[in-house]
Amino acid sequence: MPNRTTVVIAGTTVLDERLSLTLGELCRACEVSAEYVLELVSEGLIEPGGNSPPEWRFSGRALARVQTILRLQRDLEVNLAGAALAVDLLEEVQRLRQRVRALEQLFEEL
Amino acid sequence: MEYKDYYNTMGVAREATQDEIKRAYRKLARKYHPDVSKEPDAEERFKEVNEAYEVLKDPQKRAAYDRLGGQWQAGQEFTPPPGWERGFEFGGGGFTGADASRFSDFFDSLFGGAGPFGGFRTTGGRPREFRMRGEDQFARIHITLEEAFHGASRTLQLETPELDAQGRRTVSHKALNVRIPPGITAGQQIRLAGQGSSGVGGGPPGDLYLEVELEPHPRYRVEGRDIYLNLPLTPWEAALGAKVQVPTLGGRVDLSVPAGARSAQRLRLKGRGLPGHPPGDQYVLLQIVVPPADTAEKRRMFEEMARAMPFNPRRHLEA
Repeated sequence: MPNRTTVVIAGTTVLDERLSLTLGELCRACEVSAEYVLELVSEGLIEPGGNSPPEWRFSGRALARVQTILRLQRDLEVNLAGAALAVDLLEEVQRLRQRVRALEQLFEEL
Repeated sequence: MEYKDYYNTMGVAREATQDEIKRAYRKLARKYHPDVSKEPDAEERFKEVNEAYEVLKDPQKRAAYDRLGGQWQAGQEFTPPPGWERGFEFGGGGFTGADASRFSDFFDSLFGGAGPFGGFRTTGGRPREFRMRGEDQFARIHITLEEAFHGASRTLQLETPELDAQGRRTVSHKALNVRIPPGITAGQQIRLAGQGSSGVGGGPPGDLYLEVELEPHPRYRVEGRDIYLNLPLTPWEAALGAKVQVPTLGGRVDLSVPAGARSAQRLRLKGRGLPGHPPGDQYVLLQIVVPPADTAEKRRMFEEMARAMPFNPRRHLEA
């Protein structure tokens, strides 16, 4: 196997609320069709700003959600509704885990 | 290269039916899926399970794998016996849609680009026309709370398996300098456009996604952008009120404790949490600490207090 090392200064984008992606940009980043994104929007899985698809703007959080939904659909062979439920629950679990950790630490200190 | 025991990985018998294999896969995939699992080795296990399933779910690949025989042990040094693949046809010579670059050398030697059943193998000497965007890649990055507050930079050493235009496997080494902006929170993702796997046949590269994990901090607790700190107070500071200095991630600030402060009371230092739009707050949890009565003089003072200010903190339990 040939080996080579390259050093790259990477441009980073934080997937937070400030990031604003058009429908086309979201589709390219996730390699999905516009129809797929329309389905996610109509299921209420991601909520763009703007009134019509050409005006839609998606946050970085929406991008991260689409990625997770795609992975769950591909790897666990669940349908869209199942993936949607899983993503919502996972976010809740992550929030609760953080809170449990914080409370445990609080009680250790008392 | 090491032999892989795919049946062992999936936890099924060599005689397992295709249905049993599928059930075992579903169960393991739910358990180790990196998005779902908190097992520390989830990613590694998930890869192994996927590779095993890729072979065992396909009756032809499974039959070819079974022909290697059951006498091999996992981890044993392995070279495919010459001609072992004879008698199997992998219609069209493509493996089934999976991303081969994620799999082991063992898999690759049997079913990958360089192997006898390689998906991109060519017979006429000229590579088949093939163009594909590289896979997105995902990794976790651990940072301290101070780094989340001030921002940080990291050099990531990436070893990326890639398929070249001929479908041969290569490994590229890349040192990636990543700047993490201030105000990143746990679970947030950073996208590095074009830093995922290389495309095949001139296709564009995929992206690299880093998911941030915050290391536990000895002093602060974190919820989203908000920071929590326990602040010990003396009984007289709590009773009379006090101005105390409080550490925050951005430095010490003055905090006014109101007179009559209670244990577990929460005071807010607005905007002193992780930076953002809007920034988080720091919450200070008051914790009243009673000095030990470990000298005769201190005992006398506690007894004096008991006489001078009779107080029943358990009144609400008596009704």
